[in-house]
Amino acid sequence: MVEPLLRVQRLFKRFGGVSATDDLSLDVLPGEIHALIGPNGAGKTTFIGQLMGEIRPDAGAIHFDGADIGGFSTPKRVRAGIARTFQITQLLSDQTALDNVALAVQAGQGHSFRFLKRAAEDSSLRAPAREYLNAAGLGARADVLVCELSHGEHKQLELAVALATRPRLLLLDEPMAGLGASESRAMVAALKRMKGSVSILLVEHDMDAVFALADRISVLVYGRIIASGAPADIQADAQVRAAYLGEGES
Amino acid sequence: MSLLMEQALNGVQLGVTLFLLAAGLTLIFGIMGVINLAHGSLYMIGAYAMAAVAAKTGSFLLAFPAGLAAAGIAGVLMEYLVVRRLYARDHLDQVLATFGLILFFNQLTTILFGRQPLFVEIPDFLEGSVMIGGIVRYPVYRLAMIAVGLATAIGLYVLIARTRLGMLIRAGATNREMVRALGVDIRLLYTLLFGVGAMLAGLAGVMAGPILSVQVGMGEQVLILTFVVVVIGGIGSVRGAFIGALAVGMVDTMLRAYLPGVLRQLMAGPDADALAAGLSAMGVYMLMAIVLLVKPQGLAPAHG
Amino acid sequence: MDDPLKRAMAPRKNVRSVLLVALALVVLAVLPQLADMFEQPALVSLATRIIILAIAAASLNLALGYCGLVSFGHAAWYGVGGYVVGILYNHYVSGDPLFGLPLGTDQMLITLPVAILVSGLFAAVFGALSLRTSGVQFIMITLAFAQMIFFFFVALKAYGGDDGLIVRRRNSLPLIDTRDGATFYWICLVIAIAWFALLRRIVASRFGAVLAGVRQSERRMAAIGISTYRYKLAVFVISGMGAGLAGALMANHARFVSPDMLHWTQSGEFMIMVILGGAGTLLGPAAGAAVLILLESQLAAFTEHWQVILGPLLVLMILFTRGGLSGLWKLLRGGSNG
Repeated sequence: MVEPLLRVQRLFKRFGGVSATDDLSLDVLPGEIHALIGPNGAGKTTFIGQLMGEIRPDAGAIHFDGADIGGFSTPKRVRAGIARTFQITQLLSDQTALDNVALAVQAGQGHSFRFLKRAAEDSSLRAPAREYLNAAGLGARADVLVCELSHGEHKQLELAVALATRPRLLLLDEPMAGLGASESRAMVAALKRMKGSVSILLVEHDMDAVFALADRISVLVYGRIIASGAPADIQADAQVRAAYLGEGES
Repeated sequence: MSLLMEQALNGVQLGVTLFLLAAGLTLIFGIMGVINLAHGSLYMIGAYAMAAVAAKTGSFLLAFPAGLAAAGIAGVLMEYLVVRRLYARDHLDQVLATFGLILFFNQLTTILFGRQPLFVEIPDFLEGSVMIGGIVRYPVYRLAMIAVGLATAIGLYVLIARTRLGMLIRAGATNREMVRALGVDIRLLYTLLFGVGAMLAGLAGVMAGPILSVQVGMGEQVLILTFVVVVIGGIGSVRGAFIGALAVGMVDTMLRAYLPGVLRQLMAGPDADALAAGLSAMGVYMLMAIVLLVKPQGLAPAHG
Repeated sequence: MDDPLKRAMAPRKNVRSVLLVALALVVLAVLPQLADMFEQPALVSLATRIIILAIAAASLNLALGYCGLVSFGHAAWYGVGGYVVGILYNHYVSGDPLFGLPLGTDQMLITLPVAILVSGLFAAVFGALSLRTSGVQFIMITLAFAQMIFFFFVALKAYGGDDGLIVRRRNSLPLIDTRDGATFYWICLVIAIAWFALLRRIVASRFGAVLAGVRQSERRMAAIGISTYRYKLAVFVISGMGAGLAGALMANHARFVSPDMLHWTQSGEFMIMVILGGAGTLLGPAAGAAVLILLESQLAAFTEHWQVILGPLLVLMILFTRGGLSGLWKLLRGGSNG
């Protein structure tokens, strides 16, 4: 049996009286794409927040590559090799796409207490940044300001920025949401190209994308995993159909 | 023992004054998201209006409501003309615009009343002092201040926790759209609320009038102390404002009362007094620093 | 699709702004001669003041405009810088030891660096505390701590307390007569140019890129693995050092320091200069300082109650022009076109 890259055990999180995460256990194997699906409000984004250390769980353990990262701050988890994209994009809007990625490259090169050399002419930042933009399919728009990019391009840029931190585990929060058909296809193609080189936890509503990409699927409803398995099993699972897939098609 | 008791009462009295200011400031911030530097100006306006009417008519009973009304009206005008346009702005814009208001109000007050401080007599029926518990004689006026302050605190609590208006206030802080959906004119609600905050500040100014000198700049001194209270208590929280105000009132009063004596045992009299004055003035800021180190969000933060 | 066009236009715009800056520098360099020519002797002193305040405003702008740290306490670092000059001079004249050592001096080559270091130290201590908060609490806390330092100097009776300290003669430099007004003006001008050049390098550096990131999204910074606290503290300290430098120069210019330098309204004025000129632009704070000081001196000549006019002007500026003077310029142009 392969050691999982990410292992989450018995995670709990309540907000007031509401359970956002309820006894959630899940793992992601090296190189796999593990999709997490579920209706709106199931607690998917809250779960990602807890994996990143942005939200503190009430109980439970998170191990990454064998190490307990429960006490790590967000930046420390990123340096350990986890990166996320945001469903509601968090980009530096006054700057170009390339600037955004270059800053993430810079963050991976150690401290930024360098005061005098011009960062904009630093090829050790710009060249890798261009490659990550290419990988996300945004190479042609490198020098455009973020505020002038389209919604779909924001999603691609989120992906490029996350890649630039050289993660071993990518947490993607609805990368297809709000994309047009062709943009979705481009995103699926980009993710397919990465498959194998990085493990991915994919939170997504677009079932076509999920079934095209995922090695395994887990279904989250009201903070609980109600089913987990290969795509074909999930499709066949009566409980899942009732709780989620049925609703999605109606 | 009686000195300690008296100083403790003084601390409570300063505390309730600060609470009246901090409650308004923190409510307005918590609900409308506006930081209003000119909150101290409303305190000053209350005090000046009260002093002016008292000087003209000689009647405290007229001067008291006049001060409240002046602060309330000034607050409503301030909201209507300026602050309303700042709700959607960042804190920096709010700070600078209300800083402009302070310059205006201070200078206007100088033009109207001059630079000399005004003094207000304590009204006859609150003159004198009473014996409390057979231990300490305490001025009636200051006792009345404490009573009014505590009554206001209780009233605010009831208003927020128990009434429909309070429900709207709490709902408005978390979900504006929902309040709007209830058919409430949120602009009017905000204006009213700002007026209430202004009257609380005015009340503090009116009550402080007879025991302080009424002068230009009094608003900012108390404003900065109010900030300390709000930071210590946790921003947006009326309960926190109450705790913070009493803590600041008590620490400030006790340091001023006892530090000179302590230091005089260590060094020469005049040096000790000068050092004690400085340390006392800095004391509440030290308190703030300590609270920050332990609980950056304040002692009783609004949410969670 | 107009990107190529924009790119083609950009160099021309750059050439124009380089020419403008060069022209401004030439005018500034010969300002004392111009003042002589037009018989405006007060002009040199006024310009010195503006240049010094521009240094302080630009320093605040590094934290406020570039990194989004709304510090309402920068007068404290400015005042500390001033007091370093005042206290060192005081000991130089009296010969009394400072911390048990004969440390008094009137040498500018010593006093300025010491002022910068001491202000930086103060900013480091209080910044480390204040930066535990953010948003509106940060505004309140920086204001409150600055007020605390203000009270510290008021209570410091050994150095004048309320009354402040007189610096009877300007700090001296080898070979240069700093007592001459024009000479001191040039000294300040050279220091200001050096400081602005340094700021320009800083904001374009890797460090500067992190500052811009912190301003726009701290969440994003964490998500790419950057712990922001140390960078915020660093920029707060650099910014405080610049304010301290300005304070030290002002102590020399006015030959006087007092707690008034640390008054909270002074912090407010620095913020106004930054916003007036345009936060997050290199030269904006200098323009803001010039406009505010000239406006104040014009209004003050008109009435002693000039603040009753300045206050509402400020309110109107914030409400109706976004981005200070450049916003006003856009508003006026927009108005005349449509």
